[in-house]
Amino acid sequence: MGDVVNIVLKRLGLGLITLLVISIIIFGAVELLPGDIAQAVLGQGATEENLAALREQMGLNDPAPVRYLEWLAGAVVGDFGVSVVSQTSVAEAIAPRFLNTLFLAAYAAVIAVPIAIALGVLVALLRNTIFDRVANVMTLTSISSPEFFLGYILILYLSVKTGAFPAIAKLSTDMTFFELLDRTFLPALTMVLVVVAHMMRMTRAAIISLLASPYIEMARVKGMPAWRVIIKHALPNAWAPIINVVALNLAYLITGVVLVEVVFVYPGIGQLLVDAVTKRDFPVVQACCLIFAATFILLNLAADVGAILTNPRLRYKK
Amino acid sequence: MEDNKKNVLLEIRDLRIEGYSDEKWVEIVHGIDLTLHRGEVMGLIGESGAGKSTIGLAAMGYARDGCRISAGSVEFDGIELTTTPESDKRALRGSRIAYVAQSAAASFNPAHRLIDQHTETPVHYRIKKRMESQEDAMELYEKLRLPNPREIGFRYPHQVSGGQLQRAMTAMAMACRPDLIIFDEPTTALDVTTQIEVLLAIRDIVDQFDTAAIYITHDLAVVAQMADTIKVLLKGDEVEESDTRSMLESPKEDYTKSLWAVRSFKRDQKSRPAGDAIPVVSVKNIDASYGPVPVLKNVSFDIYAGMTVAVVGESGSGKSTTARCITGLLPPTKGSILFNGEELPADYRKRSKDQLRQAQMIYQMADTALNPKVLISEIIGRPAAFYGGLKGTALKARVDELLDLIELEPSKYYNRYPPELSGGQKQRIGIARALAADPTFIICDEVTSALDQLVAEGILKLLDRLQKELNLAYMFITHDLATVRSIADEVVVMKEGEVVEQGPKNEMFKPPHHAYTDLLLSSVPEMDADWLTNVVEQRGVDNIGEAADT
Repeated sequence: MGDVVNIVLKRLGLGLITLLVISIIIFGAVELLPGDIAQAVLGQGATEENLAALREQMGLNDPAPVRYLEWLAGAVVGDFGVSVVSQTSVAEAIAPRFLNTLFLAAYAAVIAVPIAIALGVLVALLRNTIFDRVANVMTLTSISSPEFFLGYILILYLSVKTGAFPAIAKLSTDMTFFELLDRTFLPALTMVLVVVAHMMRMTRAAIISLLASPYIEMARVKGMPAWRVIIKHALPNAWAPIINVVALNLAYLITGVVLVEVVFVYPGIGQLLVDAVTKRDFPVVQACCLIFAATFILLNLAADVGAILTNPRLRYKK
Repeated sequence: MEDNKKNVLLEIRDLRIEGYSDEKWVEIVHGIDLTLHRGEVMGLIGESGAGKSTIGLAAMGYARDGCRISAGSVEFDGIELTTTPESDKRALRGSRIAYVAQSAAASFNPAHRLIDQHTETPVHYRIKKRMESQEDAMELYEKLRLPNPREIGFRYPHQVSGGQLQRAMTAMAMACRPDLIIFDEPTTALDVTTQIEVLLAIRDIVDQFDTAAIYITHDLAVVAQMADTIKVLLKGDEVEESDTRSMLESPKEDYTKSLWAVRSFKRDQKSRPAGDAIPVVSVKNIDASYGPVPVLKNVSFDIYAGMTVAVVGESGSGKSTTARCITGLLPPTKGSILFNGEELPADYRKRSKDQLRQAQMIYQMADTALNPKVLISEIIGRPAAFYGGLKGTALKARVDELLDLIELEPSKYYNRYPPELSGGQKQRIGIARALAADPTFIICDEVTSALDQLVAEGILKLLDRLQKELNLAYMFITHDLATVRSIADEVVVMKEGEVVEQGPKNEMFKPPHHAYTDLLLSSVPEMDADWLTNVVEQRGVDNIGEAADT
């Protein structure tokens, strides 16, 4: 097991280096944005003096590397600076929004991952049957439709026509947990529809690619029924690719949900990012991007660890 | 007659099996009859494509994906398997007919412990309770002489050696005390010293439980030890069948005789050139390691022009590593490699184009050593263009010449892809690719071990002819001592990274031997039905796979 800890530490170290490189890219990209930030904040009517004063206040006159290092030093301890627009702490603005996004992602994941893997196993078992084809066509349809379109369809049928679920996922502080689940069901369902196909198809492919292995033939000639061959003999060897795809989709649930949040008016980090970009609130943009990058890196690390833990060759030495 | 009829366990009549290829069903087994009595062991032998495995699986009522039993009957103990519903056949397979596959390393599921795979069938079919079956597994492991029989089952397959896995798989086949076991080339992937242990273990346990068996192999000497009767197959047809002794002594059919005679190719041994001739390749005291693990210790030998040096030893003895050192793929940590008396840079990247050209390689698996998406003409043409600087018509002429050399019609093979060729033809292309660089020295790494014996013999004859015509020096890596006997001039025996003995072939095959050489030589099965019994008497059951104390 000492090896596993070693590998995890090594990956974590690499992840930190990657994050550092990404922070440079994010900062550089914001630097490259055309136009003058002070001008954008103050609007067309601002005087030269006001602009100069604001630039001085925001530290825009310092050379870029100096500003980068200051920003990085703050970011390491969780201080992402002050919003240019609202003049409040960026960390405080982001924290509740990010938690909301995490909640919605977790809600969608808890539904989507078991369904996707169960469906994947099922279509692998019933491969090339009508069920397999129908499941494939339906999941492909849902993955090919834009999220906002899926969202509006769900609103139309599950909210407007039947009234089963609320169409708008506005949150208030006095809601119980079940009210919260009810209120956010439609955005969660939209996201489930978007990610299930990918994970299901990978599960199916990973299992089917193993079916020609000698140990699968052995299980068959040992008299094992088909379902047991798939679940007991193929699936345990297919975890590595499945876990990787699951991790990628979880990352997508956190970082790719802007459109869903807009459709359902859900106060997540995606909306915050879009607002910040339009208002040129660059400290918020940088902080959001860095959080997204860290999410991707951590989830990929988790996928690697998961792949190691499901592989006895790596778990037990000779 | 009536009594005999009762004793019949498996009766196959006019069995026809079809395989699906090129979008149509093609018959691959053409009406085989087979009768097996209780407790009887039948050997099925033949080259690849003979249909041995397909027939073996059909005896369980099982057809691989893309195959189907199209006609005939398979009657197991009064049950007609071709019409029995799948679920009943499954239950039968689990409990009364078992299968031992060729590669235990690939046929054990890497995700589960051995003992869990062992107990799976008995527990699933409620024949035994889990604890009961585990206890039984340990007893079987002990009977099969596995080390630490009470613990070995709790390991994962990758933690156990190949020979041990093969015995564990035999134990697994015994889990429900079946009436019939199909052994599908169970020792083909093993070293001779491991093979003899497994053969003995299988023979003992089959005797002990009076289990009937179908033993599939392409190795006649092996089947002679195991089977009561032998059936010879060729391309899905039966050639002949008789009891083992009369089959060995007086085969009737020409095809059987040709199989029997296949090990007859032998050429005269050449000796080193007189005087102070310089060897083409001289390996001097090299050490090498993979990371911190040392794999070679003080290896030295010389190879002279026009001569073949066979390097023999078990897997893991350092044969291929030595080849990697010579080619510069793995720079040795100590010692040097001389080429025509001149020291070579240790790393291939530092060698000149001419130095690289001089030493070429032919690989074991022609299947994976040839890019399936590249034309034959390009596979052979590329080294000719790279080293010889040939272009256009000169290049085409050179490729044609090379194809002629390896006895393949240039106009027929020039524009074809490797997957269209047979195993032997692919290996010939591998040889042509090595020759294209116009080398003086070729490393042949187990070049015949993936081939049928008749085909392998053809390759050996070709290599011999090329050596005479082009005065090539060969380093011949093999674990097959029959090959050594037929083609080598000198032999180097390796064990655990060291050379234990070397010298001219004729001396090496004559006693007295180094104890390890003796073990290797005496572990090669012979075409004598009593061979295994005699070896056991000489060495004792417990150290059958170990060198005698010296």
